[in-house]
Amino acid sequence: MTVFLEVVVSVLLVFGAIVMLIGSIGLAKLPDYFTRLHAPTKASTLGVACILVASMIFFSVQLGHVNLKEVLITMFLLITAPVAAHMLGKAGLHYKVKMTDSTQNQHLAKKAYLQQNPDDK
Amino acid sequence: MLSVAILIACALICCALALNAWRLIIGPTTPDRIIAVDTMYINSIALIILLGIHQGSAIYYESALLIALLGFVSTSAFCKYLLRGDIIE
Amino acid sequence: MDKLRKFVWFPTPYHSVLLWLVWQILHDFSRGHMVLGAVFAIIIPWIVAPLSEEAAVAKKPIKALMYTFRLLIDIAVSNYDVAKRVLQSNRSLKPAFIVVPLDIKDPVPLTIFTSSVSLTPGTVSVELSDDRKWLYVHVLHLEDEQALIKLIKDRYEAPLKEIFGC
Repeated sequence: MTVFLEVVVSVLLVFGAIVMLIGSIGLAKLPDYFTRLHAPTKASTLGVACILVASMIFFSVQLGHVNLKEVLITMFLLITAPVAAHMLGKAGLHYKVKMTDSTQNQHLAKKAYLQQNPDDK
Repeated sequence: MLSVAILIACALICCALALNAWRLIIGPTTPDRIIAVDTMYINSIALIILLGIHQGSAIYYESALLIALLGFVSTSAFCKYLLRGDIIE
Repeated sequence: MDKLRKFVWFPTPYHSVLLWLVWQILHDFSRGHMVLGAVFAIIIPWIVAPLSEEAAVAKKPIKALMYTFRLLIDIAVSNYDVAKRVLQSNRSLKPAFIVVPLDIKDPVPLTIFTSSVSLTPGTVSVELSDDRKWLYVHVLHLEDEQALIKLIKDRYEAPLKEIFGC
């Protein structure tokens, strides 16, 4: 393994781990449910993508042939993360989670909730 | 250099997992806990890949793929349960 | 079955190519698996195609590739943005709900559009109205509502409309 590739893999690993840590910090510290939804969907996906690309480069060099298996996991996560976030958002609306008072346009959330449950006024 | 980078990355991801576990415990609501589980499985994929690089064997890839598949299915099942009170209609 | 479908050799060509590629990636491009993957890529669409509904197909593949690349760059940029907001104090945050009017009606482009909105500019799509005219979106930090709606419509919806031709 050449020095250049080793540096690339190391930088990608540490960068990905930092991005994932920032996502988890966001999950722990942001004030309400809907803001907490942002951190995992964006940061964790990019972080894990970086680590998977690093792994792909590492094994391509080590095994001596092109190894694209990690691309599958990356694509799968990139496709499913927004779907999961959308479902989590719907579940949050349905559950009537508390929002911070500084949230603007709270009537829109109420409108979306009433559309899910038309009988519940 | 690579081994040091792997150690640093492992430490950072373990901190991230601890923060997720904290959110999982204090929660305040059920949807919050679901997000915590969702983030936790993504972090554990990264941890398994790091273990694979550390040991230099490519077989850990399959387990990472399985966790990714089952994690998404479980998150959507949890959400479905919250939305409808039932998973299969 | 009210009507018998005519037999087609490749009912879903894009899916066949994708299936073959994924099979090759999983088996490291060995020659035997190239043949086996090709057999699967031809036979499985015959079985599955009658079960699925007609879906919109990208009419401009090159534009679709460009869109994918731009989306990847946007993901990196918006991650930087969200990371900055996360590390600032909670009090400077201005979360908000906005509602985006939709022009797309077809399920496939609509799914791609909502996924792009969730992945990129500090927004998460939360709920779609029943008549598919409005998309409720939660924003992490809102400065200018109209500008953000315009950005989402111009940057993600307009290219998708062009790609899928609807």
